[in-house]
Amino acid sequence: MPTTETSDALRVEQRLYARLLERSAATGFAVLVAGFAAYAFGWLPAHVPLERLPELWGLPLRDYLRATDAPRGWGWIAHLADGEFASLAGIALLAGASLLCLGGLLAVYARRGDRFYAAICVAEIAVMLLAASGVLTTGH
Amino acid sequence: MTVSPRSPRAAAWILAAAVAACAGPGLAATAAVPAAGAWWVWPLALFFVSFTLGIIAVPAGVGGGVLFVALVGGFFPFHLDFVRGAGLMVALASALAAGPRLLRGGLADLRLALPLGLLASASSIAGAMLGLAMSPSSVQTALGLTILGIVALMASARNAELPRVAAPDRLSAALGIHGVFHDGASGRAVEWQVHRTPVGLALFTGIGVLAGMFGLGAGWANVPVLNLLMGAPLKVSAGTSSFILSLVDSTAAWVYLNEGAVLAVIAVPSVLGMMLGARIGARLLTVMKAATVRRLVLVLLLFSGTRALLKGLAIWN
Repeated sequence: MPTTETSDALRVEQRLYARLLERSAATGFAVLVAGFAAYAFGWLPAHVPLERLPELWGLPLRDYLRATDAPRGWGWIAHLADGEFASLAGIALLAGASLLCLGGLLAVYARRGDRFYAAICVAEIAVMLLAASGVLTTGH
Repeated sequence: MTVSPRSPRAAAWILAAAVAACAGPGLAATAAVPAAGAWWVWPLALFFVSFTLGIIAVPAGVGGGVLFVALVGGFFPFHLDFVRGAGLMVALASALAAGPRLLRGGLADLRLALPLGLLASASSIAGAMLGLAMSPSSVQTALGLTILGIVALMASARNAELPRVAAPDRLSAALGIHGVFHDGASGRAVEWQVHRTPVGLALFTGIGVLAGMFGLGAGWANVPVLNLLMGAPLKVSAGTSSFILSLVDSTAAWVYLNEGAVLAVIAVPSVLGMMLGARIGARLLTVMKAATVRRLVLVLLLFSGTRALLKGLAIWN
C-alpha cells in the first residue's frame, strides 16, 4: 500500500498534467467556437457552400471527398481562410491537447529517474504523432 | 402548482422533455432532407439532441459518445463515417473538460491510466482505419451488435464501490500502481491497489479497437475492466476511464481528421451541445434517480442498437 509521502509525490505530476490540460483544452475550445461562428455566420467563406451540405453529408466519405474536392491529411492548413477549416483548427488543437501534457509529464519522470513511465510517455507521444502525421491512410 | 427547479418532479419534467427532444428529430429524420438553404436545421437539431444526451449521460453514468453514435447514426441523415468522427470529438471534448478536475481530486490516476491508455490508443489507430475501410453495411451491422452487447453489459454488470484486492500482481507492483483518494461522500481517505494487470492490458487493447472503429467513448467497457477485473475503487475507475478516453480518442480523432471524416458542421454543434448538457446533468445528479435514468438509457440504446443492426442488414432503412 502507498505511503502518504509517495502519494504526495505522485500528486505533483497530476497537478502539472491538470494545469497543462486545462490551458491547452481551453485554447482549443476557444478556437473551435470562434472558427465555427465565423463559418456558420458567413464571416469567412466556405470551401463547400453551406446550402449544398444537406445533399452531401449523407454520402459515404469516399464520395463526399470526391464531390467536394476537400483536402486530405494536413492539406486543410492551406485552407484556413475557409470557414470549415478554421473550425477544424479548433478540433486539431483539442486532439493535440494531450501531447503538450505528455511532454510536461515526460520531463517530470525524466528528472525523477522513473525510466519506465518516461518510456511510456515517449511511446504515447510517438503513437499520437504517428496518428497525427497522416502517414496511415485507408486509401479513400 | 409550483415546482422547485431542484425538486425530483422538476427533474422528471426535464427528463421527459429530454426524451422528447431525442425522439423528435429522430422520427423527422426519416421523413425528408431539408430543402436547400435550410442547411442549419439539422445542425440545430443536432445541438439540441446532443444537449439532451449530455443531460442524460451524466446521471446514467455513461459517456456521451456511445449514446451519440447510436442515436445520431440511426436517426439523422448524416453518413455514419461523419457521425463516428463527431462521436469521437464529443467523447474527447467531454474527457478533456473533466480531466483537470479528476486529476486534481485523485479520481483519475496517471500511473494506472498511462500503461492501459498506451495500448488502447495504439490499437485505436487500427480500429479507426479498419472502421473507415469497411463497407457501410458491415459497420452498421457491427455497430448494432456492439451496442446491443453494451446494453447486455450495462444491464448485467454490478460494479463494486470498493473491491477487495488482497495483494497486487507483480506487474502492478513493479509499476507502482496504487494510490489514495479522498472520498467526499464518506470523508475518509481510501487506499487502493490493483491486480490482474496483464489481463487488463489485453482487454484495453481490444477496447481501443472498438473505440476507434465506431467512434465510441468506450467508458462503458473501461469502468467494468478497471473496477470488476482489476479491483480499482468505482470512483477511481470512472475518473481514470475518463482520463484514458482523452488519450484514446485523441489518437483515433487524428485518423478521422486526416481522412476527412470530421465535418465541422456536424462535430462542432455536437460538442457544444453535449458539453452544455453535461453541465446541467451534473447539477441534476443530486435530484434525479440514477436508476431511472439508467433504465431510460438502456431503452434508448436497445432501440438504437436494434435500428443500427436492422439498417446494416438492410431490413429497416
